[in-house]
Amino acid sequence: MINIFEVNETNKMIEKENLDVRTITMGISLLDCVSDDITRLCDRIYDRITKTAGDLVSVGNKIELEFGIPIVNKRISITPVAIIGAGAAKGQDDFVKIAMMLDRAAREVGVNFLGGYSALVSKGMTSADRNLIRSIPDALASTELVCSSVNVGSTRCGIDMDAVRMMGTIIKETSEKSDVGPAKLVVFCNAPDDNPFMAGAFFGVTEGDTAINVGVSGPGVVRRAVAKCKGAGFEELCETIKKTAFKVTRVGQLVAKEASLRLNVPFGIVDLSLAPTPAIGDSVADILCEMGLEYAGAPGSTAALAMLNDQVKKGGVMASSYVGGLSGAFIPVSEDQGMIDAVNAGALTIEKLEAMTCVCSVGLDMIAIPGDTGASTISGIIADEMAIGMVNQKTTAVRLCPAKGKGVGEMAEYGGLLGRAPVIAVNKASCEEFINRKGRIPAPIHSFKN
Amino acid sequence: MKKTIITVVGKDTVGIIAKVCTYLANNRINILDISQTIVDGFFSMMMIADMNDSPKPFADIASELTQIGEEIGVVIHCQREEIFQQMHRI
Repeated sequence: MINIFEVNETNKMIEKENLDVRTITMGISLLDCVSDDITRLCDRIYDRITKTAGDLVSVGNKIELEFGIPIVNKRISITPVAIIGAGAAKGQDDFVKIAMMLDRAAREVGVNFLGGYSALVSKGMTSADRNLIRSIPDALASTELVCSSVNVGSTRCGIDMDAVRMMGTIIKETSEKSDVGPAKLVVFCNAPDDNPFMAGAFFGVTEGDTAINVGVSGPGVVRRAVAKCKGAGFEELCETIKKTAFKVTRVGQLVAKEASLRLNVPFGIVDLSLAPTPAIGDSVADILCEMGLEYAGAPGSTAALAMLNDQVKKGGVMASSYVGGLSGAFIPVSEDQGMIDAVNAGALTIEKLEAMTCVCSVGLDMIAIPGDTGASTISGIIADEMAIGMVNQKTTAVRLCPAKGKGVGEMAEYGGLLGRAPVIAVNKASCEEFINRKGRIPAPIHSFKN
Repeated sequence: MKKTIITVVGKDTVGIIAKVCTYLANNRINILDISQTIVDGFFSMMMIADMNDSPKPFADIASELTQIGEEIGVVIHCQREEIFQQMHRI
């Protein structure tokens, strides 16, 4: 039987170390909402979302109360809008209409983000894909809860450099139209089908009608556990992280199963991640510091992060029946006080962050760059990150936020969970001629596994 | 049978157990097990309870226990047992 020490350990994790279930995300397929009439399409989308996810928030709140574990976010992911809107949306304006309807539906059911204003263009773009991508700046400026993502490459297909070039301009335009806009826009390589973490969440076309996906997190819990290993060898350090990740993930599995049962929606995956928040102590950078680095970004950071990421996965995999999404350690800058401190101290540069993305769960995330950074430079940074993903067969992403009117060292504010970030310096050497080349980078040799 | 874990943590004082147990008895909640210890000078108690016969919904019991805790200066949590089972047992 459970003893008092085990109960106290769990409650201490929740109360003092910020253990939480980061999100319950309901994936909803909108494929059968397709129509050739934009008004009919919007009405069907609204009905489908509000009917399917009507109880999501209240069920989440009930589970939270009964188990005593905070469930921070309740969210929705949908089929990529470029697919479902292809028949009805004749231009960018029609896509913006869909975005506004999605925002209304998300508000109606009370979720705090809806992801899936997305296009999958790793090998080429349809005219609908192009229109959706062009509509992103307006769509994100005229909505609050809608998140957008574009998958521009994969190990199997290579990198669509036309889309990469476009995304540089789109990110720049988005930042000019809205300060928080770029924080809701992710560019992916090797995007997974079912990813409950915003801003890159969308519901894959390979999924069923609906699914419940859960994202767990607990950097504070891991940091506290690592703190107890001061001076210990790597074996003990790794074992500690693994055991902690196991415990954290088990909570996610429990919540996912319970939510799936109560909502009568199939259980999809648990995304076992260390995702920081701006709250003090809820930081991935602090874990690296606890391992023995003065700041995240110091020499040794990539090795420490690689080990952390791997142990989190090893511990978590056994704790859940289905693991997926972006599982691993996230290293966003604005959402992590330890990362912010490291940038301010001059210990963390965008180049070191890029190196760290080779071994972290995703990529360059929530990084504020100078407002006068050129579109081709943004595309160049995207291309580099996509190449890392393509060659290493891993998901990588870019969420860069050009800070309008701000220069290196100034703070850009995004508010709430999105946090704040010091503007980081970007290499000023030009890549324009390279980026302006048309076409795509072919898939790497090791993609031919047939 | 769905079991509930009730934890009480705070500064030790006269009548904590009496107060909590009286509330549970009045609401037809059966106590299956009690363990108590002092951690870092703080009173720490755990009860395993069976709420199946209680006429009140879980949410009401949880919030009323929290209120009783506030009155006597301790923190009372009421959680379903599964969260602890999941985390500590394979």
